[in-house]
Amino acid sequence: MTTSSGAAWIASPTLKKVAQGIKKKFNWGRALVISIPTIWLAIFFLVPFLVVFKISLSTTEIAQPPYSALFAWDAEEAIAVLRLNLGNYLFLFEDTLYIDAYWSSIKIAAISTALTLVIAYPMAYAIARSHPKYRMILLALVILPFWTSFLLRVYAWMGFLKKDGVINGFLLNVGIIDQPLAIMNTDTAVYIGIIYTYLPFMILPLYTALEKLDGTLLEAAADLGATAWKTFFFVTLPLSVPGIVAGCMLVFIPAVGEFVIPALLGGSDTLMIGRVLWDEFFLNRDWPMASAVAIVMLLFLVLPIMLFRNTQGTKGENF
Amino acid sequence: MSPAERGQQVTLEERQPFIEIKNVTKKFGDFVAVDDLSLDIYQSELFCLLGGSGSGKSTLLRMLAGFENPTHGQIVIDGVDMTDIPPWKRSINMMFQSYALFPHLTVESNIAFGLKREGVAAREIKARVQDMIDLVQLNKFAKRKPAQLSGGQRQRVALARALIKRPKVLLLDEPLGALDKKLREETQFELINIQESLGVTFVVVTHDQEEAMTLASRMAVMHEGEIQQLGLPHEVYEFPTNRFVAEFIGSVNMFEGHVVEDEPDYVMIASKEAGSHLYVSHGISCSPNQNVSVAIRPEKILMSHNKPEHDYNCCPGVVEDIAYMGNMSVFKIRLDSGKTVRITRFNRERSEDEYFTWHDKVFLTWGPTSCVVLTS
Repeated sequence: MTTSSGAAWIASPTLKKVAQGIKKKFNWGRALVISIPTIWLAIFFLVPFLVVFKISLSTTEIAQPPYSALFAWDAEEAIAVLRLNLGNYLFLFEDTLYIDAYWSSIKIAAISTALTLVIAYPMAYAIARSHPKYRMILLALVILPFWTSFLLRVYAWMGFLKKDGVINGFLLNVGIIDQPLAIMNTDTAVYIGIIYTYLPFMILPLYTALEKLDGTLLEAAADLGATAWKTFFFVTLPLSVPGIVAGCMLVFIPAVGEFVIPALLGGSDTLMIGRVLWDEFFLNRDWPMASAVAIVMLLFLVLPIMLFRNTQGTKGENF
Repeated sequence: MSPAERGQQVTLEERQPFIEIKNVTKKFGDFVAVDDLSLDIYQSELFCLLGGSGSGKSTLLRMLAGFENPTHGQIVIDGVDMTDIPPWKRSINMMFQSYALFPHLTVESNIAFGLKREGVAAREIKARVQDMIDLVQLNKFAKRKPAQLSGGQRQRVALARALIKRPKVLLLDEPLGALDKKLREETQFELINIQESLGVTFVVVTHDQEEAMTLASRMAVMHEGEIQQLGLPHEVYEFPTNRFVAEFIGSVNMFEGHVVEDEPDYVMIASKEAGSHLYVSHGISCSPNQNVSVAIRPEKILMSHNKPEHDYNCCPGVVEDIAYMGNMSVFKIRLDSGKTVRITRFNRERSEDEYFTWHDKVFLTWGPTSCVVLTS
């Protein structure tokens, strides 16, 4: 019975048991793998979020901690009181400071993201198209700044940008300008700081997308009559969209809430929500207000992104 | 019309060559991919370049498309020197081995790509895309992305995309390489039909000799950057001009020997390996006693239990091994000289043919026209 021995082998009960065992083990492993990031997110994202949300619904008190309790329990009358203060949220829309700060943050983040993309794309493209021998070196150079402290690098930029700094000194000596440029403490300095700091976060996802691009697709486009520019716009660019999206998110999201760069490089009129948050927490000691500011910012940022990711995700499933 | 018949027509008509490859050399550093190669291809031919990997066939194709420039020499297509013409200005299209379909575009958009870049009016693009989709029978799949198609369907999209610009020449790089055997056979005939109905000149590169044989109206066998033999498929198969071609195309048994009788209408060759004199019924140009190789295809050898009447072309041996392949069997016969000969034989077990099994003592024989003498 040489012909049927194959089928018999599959049908054997011992083998079935082994197969089931493997299946069970696999499911356990799956649960384990998923549970680790889930627990991590629950402890370090969800719980703090709920704490901040709770604080945002309380009122300020001069006490330790500096806000009122949400629950009050009257033991004699056996009445539980839940006091929710929505005033903080209402105040956000009454005082134009907050709306201006949100708007200004989103504007600065959007402009810097766009500029970072424009600068990073040719760099990522050049690295992806370079000889494999040099690729790793070039990528290492992109990541190299991370080996020094972020704060130190921002201070270094202050040295470059200030009135008697390196840039002004050079331009004055060469004779291109006769008055020092006022870059320090302006929005321009903030843009320079943000673009400089977040450039690697844009280059890396772009590089990954461009490196995967099949060279024969470019040849096919040329063969079908597309010039180099048309090939770029109709083939390379659309195929690198996942990299563009990932890079823009990695730059835009932290840039909106950026505090250090506007605080050190920006001027007094550079209004960003990170700074407003800082002021509410540490200068006004108004924790509930600060929490409300943070929650609304999170909703502004997270909701559109979640919706976007969701549509992208279902698009992928249709394949 | 069979490919051979079509080929015959081409050679009968004295025509201007459509593609002239003149003394083309291509070097990559020190490596010579294509070595001083000259070749003429005529209009409406289905020309096959057959060769192993590294034979220079793909490099030649890429030079026709314009992706590589010749180090020396010149390529002229339809009377125009191609030297300074970039790929996007050549009225030549290519079907890539990997198909190179744009993954972000639907089948329709992939096919329309070439026309859109040319700035053809939207209405005309729509009509021509529809014609192409009809031609390659992809109506149901027009809105799909390449990732949602099977290998055979992708191949059709690639073909439609390359044909829609009505190129003067279509280059096909291993067109059937990624398809399974059944689909290949169907697609081969379809390709020939499309080529015939459109009249476009096809240049096909392949490493698969069967593919070359079925597709080609004319073919060239390439090795180490040079053309080893150029001709109709059956000429190349039946009358290989050198040892490389004989061994590369199909399988062949090779007997070493020397000429003992050299007459205008026949030669007799003595071969220790064969264990008998070999008789060839056509004259060859050689000197007396010259060492030659005699090539004979496995399917041309007859096998019998009884000794044939004549003394020449008669090799005694023993059946050493049999491989049963369904429609045919491959026999390995060990000759008395120790040489192993491979023969193929159709299985007609239920007919009156002789039956052979392991260790049978047999005689191998063949007709006087069946073998080819190779002097180089």
